[in-house]
Amino acid sequence: MALLIRNGYVYDPMNGIDGEKMDILVEGGKIVDKLKSAEYEVIDASGMIVMPGGVDIHSHIAGSEVNAGRLLRPEDHAKDVELKTEITRSGVGYSVPSTFTTGYRYAKMGYTTVMNPSMPPLEAKHTHEELCDTPIIDKATYPLLGDWWFVLEYLRDGKIEECALHVAWMLYATKGYAIKLVNPGGLEAWGFGRNVRDIDDPVPYFNVTPREIIRGLCKVNKLLHLPHTIHVHTNNLGKPGNYETTLQTMKCVEDLSSGDKPCIHITHCQFSAFKGVDWREFYSGAEDIAKYVNFHKHVTIDMGQVIFTDTTTMTADGPFQYILHELTGNKWVNHDVETETSSGIVPFRYRRRSYVHSIQWCIGLELALLIRDPWRIFLTTDHPNAGPFTSYPQVIGWLISRKAREETLSKLNKRARETALLPSIDREYSLYEVAIATRAGQARALGLKDKGHLGVGGDADIAIYDVDPRKIDPSTQYDEYVKAFSKAAYTIKEGEIVVRNGEVVKVLDGKTYWVKVSSNSEYEVSEDMKRRFTEYWTVQFDNYPVSEAYLKRSKPVQVESEV
Amino acid sequence: MRKIENVICPVCGSLCDDITVYVEDNRVVEVENTCAVGRAKFLNYGLHRKPKPLIRKNGELKEASIEEAVRRSAEILTESKYPILYGWSSTSCEAIRVGLELAEEVGGIIDNTSTVCHGPSILSIQDVGIPSCTLGQLRHRADLVIYWGSDPYSAHPRHIERYTVFSEGRFQKSGWRSFIRRLSGKLVKKRLSRVAELILRRKLTFPEEKYALPPYFISEEERKLVVVDVRKTRTAEVADYFLQVKPNTDYEVLQALRMLVNDQDLEVDEVAGIPVRTLEDLADLMISCDFGILFFGVGLTMSKGKLRNVDAALSLVRDLNKRTKFLIMPMRGHYNVTGANVVFTWQTGYPYAVDFSLGYPRYNPGETSVVDILRRGECDAGLVVASDPVSNFPASAAKTLVDNPLIVIDPDVTPTSMMADVVFPSAYIGIEAEGTAYRMDHVPLRLKKVVEPPPNCLPDQEILARILREVRRIRRG
Ligand code: SF4
Ligand SMILES: [Zn+2]
Repeated sequence: MALLIRNGYVYDPMNGIDGEKMDILVEGGKIVDKLKSAEYEVIDASGMIVMPGGVDIHSHIAGSEVNAGRLLRPEDHAKDVELKTEITRSGVGYSVPSTFTTGYRYAKMGYTTVMNPSMPPLEAKHTHEELCDTPIIDKATYPLLGDWWFVLEYLRDGKIEECALHVAWMLYATKGYAIKLVNPGGLEAWGFGRNVRDIDDPVPYFNVTPREIIRGLCKVNKLLHLPHTIHVHTNNLGKPGNYETTLQTMKCVEDLSSGDKPCIHITHCQFSAFKGVDWREFYSGAEDIAKYVNFHKHVTIDMGQVIFTDTTTMTADGPFQYILHELTGNKWVNHDVETETSSGIVPFRYRRRSYVHSIQWCIGLELALLIRDPWRIFLTTDHPNAGPFTSYPQVIGWLISRKAREETLSKLNKRARETALLPSIDREYSLYEVAIATRAGQARALGLKDKGHLGVGGDADIAIYDVDPRKIDPSTQYDEYVKAFSKAAYTIKEGEIVVRNGEVVKVLDGKTYWVKVSSNSEYEVSEDMKRRFTEYWTVQFDNYPVSEAYLKRSKPVQVESEV
Repeated sequence: MRKIENVICPVCGSLCDDITVYVEDNRVVEVENTCAVGRAKFLNYGLHRKPKPLIRKNGELKEASIEEAVRRSAEILTESKYPILYGWSSTSCEAIRVGLELAEEVGGIIDNTSTVCHGPSILSIQDVGIPSCTLGQLRHRADLVIYWGSDPYSAHPRHIERYTVFSEGRFQKSGWRSFIRRLSGKLVKKRLSRVAELILRRKLTFPEEKYALPPYFISEEERKLVVVDVRKTRTAEVADYFLQVKPNTDYEVLQALRMLVNDQDLEVDEVAGIPVRTLEDLADLMISCDFGILFFGVGLTMSKGKLRNVDAALSLVRDLNKRTKFLIMPMRGHYNVTGANVVFTWQTGYPYAVDFSLGYPRYNPGETSVVDILRRGECDAGLVVASDPVSNFPASAAKTLVDNPLIVIDPDVTPTSMMADVVFPSAYIGIEAEGTAYRMDHVPLRLKKVVEPPPNCLPDQEILARILREVRRIRRG
């Protein structure tokens, strides 16, 4: 069905369109400049905001650790249920929703593309099976490669090209999209219950440092011409004083960027921007990080904004999760994956009355407000680690309105309120900047060329929000915006109206993006792999890869590598 | 003859994926690398399978077409107010996905066999969590392996050789050598005693120190295997150390170990008949290892105190992490019982005992678990996939099941299928049909199809999808 979206205020930052009243035409799932067919549906968007569909660069929605989180939290689900309808499946929330519910809830907020950032390669089939049951949205997933023995060994031996070829194979075998590093080196050490101290602390038994891993994979990423940069969860995440590790991490690849192109993404940076020596002497390191980012174009960041609620933390960072369990005494799941990675899960509640949690809340927003270039700082909550993705509208409220921040600040821990920098920051995001931080910037950082914009030829993934920017002032009437962003008036996916008035009206299957590297090397990866496969893993080489049959709609992205 | 390599064995939770299968005339004629159990399955599957679906007419099961059986099944399910859908641990994840959709569509209860095996483990995990890993992690690193209330030599015959003590890892070598040394030690002892008997003309007894840790023949660096069980199992015979506990005392023993691990003193001389010294030695062994693993089986989950037992085991291991690396894993029986829990959880949030009667998933084991519902006589129809509840359930529950209309999808003829009203002889997943299954450590594997199924035997997934379509057709007119 062709669509004419009439008279909306369009925010399309990639094309420099800032709230102009204009029409958008859709046909054959794409944005077009002229409609060929005479039959089309007209959507009257007058007095509404029109944006590209939301893009989420980092949200844990599928796979073994997410599912272990679901299993661990029956109490989380019982309070938030979704009824079956004629067209939708039933499910549960809250912080770790079931798969169907995840797809619907993203679509209801006008999001159409979501990246699942943490996939143990050995369990990749699991991730893809769940993604198949996550309707409507397009998705992709990042294999965890920073502690993979092949990577550690090749980088120890300085064999970058071999490493690159193996990474390419792994992206193919797991149907992955980007290189994910989590506490590089630390997860291998966690195999024996240990960790690495900083980016120069060698990995036990492997004689390679986190710095070498980060730099090595950054080079690999460039050699392979991958669409996204390396996606890094830093060492020492969640520890006071870790902002220094974060600065070192960003610095260590400074020389590897070419031109203005970013070469590293620091994810959920809030958790990696802690200053101080312990939980009492604990401060925000956001200013230092922002300063660095403002002067260095090779870095992109996402927020990992804290929401005051009861949630479930889950990362591949086994040692970090264990510490969290020790700190809180809450129940704890650990799942180490042979030869590759680990993971941990601990339920967690962020409380306004807690000094530390209040400061954490400030850090996320400080990062977003102090980093000047919105193309390099993205809105996330590291769902569900700092809060569920359904809180994004609330975060938008804090970004567009100082008043909204003050409202929350007034309820925070007193000491945090008095020491934090946030209260003195005046900046308020424009809607144009919101569009960058929630779609355009993320799509660009991911190298998703057809996403995050409304230019001709782009995917017709569109969100329409019922709030009139000419009549309603974001700064003072922010709650109108929070409401509008929670329930899209329309969400359009590939040219089909999937949500109307915040309700799902049509269910379709999204695509799964993955990177297919073509190389010109004669070096046989599989022979080398096969030789060591049975030693390293407990499954056979033939049974390891995820076949395309596991992807409901496979969307390979072809790249030409230099190796 | 066709040779197919790296086939996955669809029998137990070890899901060995290195099987070689030889096929001739669409029949498996030889297998390599399996254990005896796996071998028997590959060579003898489907011997008694009926050639066509069956429908009960006037009290007798009569052959029918697939279409007729699908229609009758859909009628049963749509006429029912509260059907139960049970089984799911010996089928593919793809089938389970359809099964969940069907359960939701008809507003029934869906439950899998963990309800009668590791249900208590799951409840405990939801209470305390679980520190665990994939099996290869143990192969590479574990220097202490404990099997508690589980006898892998009988139930998961290749488990020890593939994943634990006798496997060869990066940081840990196989324990074979020490085992052989120990074995030859035993043989020498036996020979000497035999000779002595002959010479002395009377029986020579070696005092058996039942509860003392025997001296190790193995060097410090080698893996140690400890077995805790109520009887001397086959696994216990190869163990470095076997601790025999009295039936139904696991909880006390685990709690005592927990206290010792936490440096608390035990004010008694013995716990459940075991000298505290012995427990102290075991606790020391646990603390001093670099990487320990505790496997527990139904011996722990189904003995007295079920939930408390697993709770104590999980807590013990969690506490051990303050001192060293220690993990724990349930020994899952059916080859895809883990997959059943996994798929249930991602679609509904809950691993088993899910009730869709209110239009959304509800979970309250004890209330929404099939055995309890059957016992209370609340359901009015049933669908069973690849399981035999008539043999396994308590009599009162089984009675309700067979008194109501019952649909069975199973490649085997079972007491349950013989009592059913509609029977679908189905294809063997992993032999005659593809599909995904999850190993006991949550590693997903793609089961292969090595031979064609008989013409009227469809894969479970396909049968369920047809029933679901028919149900929707009836309901939506
Ligand atoms: S151990 Fe289990 S999976 Fe392996 S061959 Fe034997 S029965 Fe099959
Ligand atoms: Zn994350």
